[in-house]
Amino acid sequence: MSSDAPDPIDDADANGAADPRDAGAADTVAAADGPDDEPEANDSAVEEAAKRTPSTVPLRVEGLVKRFGGVTAVDGASFEVESGSLTGLIGPNGAGKSTTFNCITGVHEPTAGTVYFEGEDITGLRPHQIARKGLVRTFQIARELSEMTVLENLMLAPQGQLGESAIRAVTPGLRGAVVEEETALRERAWETLEFFEIDHLAHEHAGNLSGGQRKLLEMARALMTDPEMVLLDEPLAGVNPTLEEKLLDRIHDLRADGYTFLLVEHDMDVIMNNCERVIVMHQGSVLAEGTGDEIRNDERVIEAYLGEDL
Amino acid sequence: MSDPDASDDSASTSGDPAPASDPPESVTAALVEAARESDLGLVVGTLLAVYAAATLLTFTDGLNSVVGLLETLTFLGLVYALTALALNLQWGYTGLFNIGVAGFMAVGVYTMGMVVRSPDPAFGPPGLGLPLPVGVLAGMGMAALLGALAALPALRLKADYLAIVTLGLSEIIRLSLQSSAFDTFLRETIGAGTGGGRGMGMPDNPVRGLFLVDGQAGNPTALGDLVFGVFGTDGLGIAHPILIGWGYIAVLAGFLIGFYLLLERLGRSPFGRTMKAIREDELVANSLGKDVNLVKIKVFVIGCALMGLAGILWFGSQGNVSPTPQFRPLLTFYVFIAVIIGGSGSNTGSVLGGIVFAAVLFEGPRRVGGAVRGLIDAETPASFADAVASLDPVTFLAYATDNVAPLQFVFLGLVLVFIIHRRPEGILGDRIETAAAVDLSERPAGGESDE
Repeated sequence: MSSDAPDPIDDADANGAADPRDAGAADTVAAADGPDDEPEANDSAVEEAAKRTPSTVPLRVEGLVKRFGGVTAVDGASFEVESGSLTGLIGPNGAGKSTTFNCITGVHEPTAGTVYFEGEDITGLRPHQIARKGLVRTFQIARELSEMTVLENLMLAPQGQLGESAIRAVTPGLRGAVVEEETALRERAWETLEFFEIDHLAHEHAGNLSGGQRKLLEMARALMTDPEMVLLDEPLAGVNPTLEEKLLDRIHDLRADGYTFLLVEHDMDVIMNNCERVIVMHQGSVLAEGTGDEIRNDERVIEAYLGEDL
Repeated sequence: MSDPDASDDSASTSGDPAPASDPPESVTAALVEAARESDLGLVVGTLLAVYAAATLLTFTDGLNSVVGLLETLTFLGLVYALTALALNLQWGYTGLFNIGVAGFMAVGVYTMGMVVRSPDPAFGPPGLGLPLPVGVLAGMGMAALLGALAALPALRLKADYLAIVTLGLSEIIRLSLQSSAFDTFLRETIGAGTGGGRGMGMPDNPVRGLFLVDGQAGNPTALGDLVFGVFGTDGLGIAHPILIGWGYIAVLAGFLIGFYLLLERLGRSPFGRTMKAIREDELVANSLGKDVNLVKIKVFVIGCALMGLAGILWFGSQGNVSPTPQFRPLLTFYVFIAVIIGGSGSNTGSVLGGIVFAAVLFEGPRRVGGAVRGLIDAETPASFADAVASLDPVTFLAYATDNVAPLQFVFLGLVLVFIIHRRPEGILGDRIETAAAVDLSERPAGGESDE
């Protein structure tokens, strides 16, 4: 575990080393998975997947379908997100963006299709298993743990804490190591709070925060898990312009540190100005993919948005 | 337990938190002291208030009645506190709505009885004849096993449905224990029975053996001689069973401290954080990589094992257990009221709630009613209509105090409505119960000076 959340140099190195695409791709994937993951039951499947997916593509979605009864929310969406990028996902209401998010993160099980994370098939895994692989999300409506303090919210997030074992937490001889780890964790939580400039709220119950502060808390909490990639579900909804700028600055800083982001957002300007790649969804499938300029001039996209000024 | 309680609490009792320039070690130590004193002080203070009221009520009847009433109140307070602590782990911390408390207690005490009872008893069902500690462990183990089974629906069901399932389970347990067919079946398969509707006698309380040789009245041990000589009929004149009861209360107090320390440690750890997160928002806990299902099962197993142990300590000391008056769902609701009064989520609150419930709400009205009735010199009217028709407040009071048992439930309901309306967080629920193994109230300078 790195002791410093906003500075994941190790991750950046791991991704950089993976550049020679063919040579030992599987090995790199295994290394990037890290020691805190559960051992894979089936190595050959991983290698198989790794051969087909270059490891510079952390997230790849293939032919994703999700039906709720007779309603098809996602209808064969396929896209990929490049390593270290800030990719935007846009689309009109009901385009299936949130359902796609939920399918990727294991909240919903897709009806069909496959989701690869770092070359590994993660389709149908449970949410906590996916989070442990380093794919973490935030929520459209901030879901703070309201009766816990901000500091506790953050300290909850790190993976594989020793004290998550009930026996370690209570047994006199074993608790020493837990206290030691907690001391380090507390420091890391404080640093993350400082990075997001909400350290003055550390002792506040999360339920007392303002809407914008909750968004900051959500992002801080997601980063405390030491993720490879973060899925942001409308992180700027209901956030005032000053805070919006602050949030975007943080995202850019973190991207420079090697994190990968997939950003769902309604505000076209934000997406066009900040994301180097944009994916447009419409009626459950991917309508267009490309840079901001390409999307801006795409006839189909303009039509989907009914001539909205992009 | 090297960390103080919530910062707010300590700050409000000990004034402003010390400025950062003070040496942190002494500040931490001072906060620990203040918090400990206030928690223990609260419990002891509540007990003393209850004792004072009980003494006022009975002092005219002599020392023996006073000590006897205090013994009853303390016993009930402690056993309710033990059970409330176990429930607080499940409901207060993790938000698991388990309304099957009575069932898990019954499983604990019945398993203990069946394991320990003699294989060839003079009356009642046969047992396996194993030593008492084995029986206690078996009782906890069986309650834990059933807890794990009950947790399986808890993985899929939301609060209300889980409540229905656990309530059903507790009734299934009670009715099974009452069934003579189940009794016969157990006797034929494992050679130990439940006694069906007639129940079973409990093994001798080992505390009794500390005072009396072989538990025989009139044959005291050396310790018994000493205690009975000073306090008993030869000294202060207190009946021997009451003195032995106080001996057992010392044992209960020891278990209560054990429960409390175990649950505080569990709560103040990353495991405790995960429990709280599950209570607040399961999906968030899941999305942060916590195996919510596994934690729920663990919480059910630990909590139910403690409920089993509380059942053994409570009903195992009562001479005889039988399923129907003792393990009805009413018992579960009493324990819930104790947790609600204290403030769910707070261990100290659960202890306080147990004591307050047992003394003030459970025993209090009966005792006060009895005492008031003793002071009234009036005949009790035959019915409520007669009492009203008499238009005499004294006669009406006589009727009310004679029928205090049903009125008690009215009183209980009123108190519950009042608490939920005016103070839904309970006596102590407004505190921040820190969920970390280290002190979170201050940022340590450089991070190396603390602990």
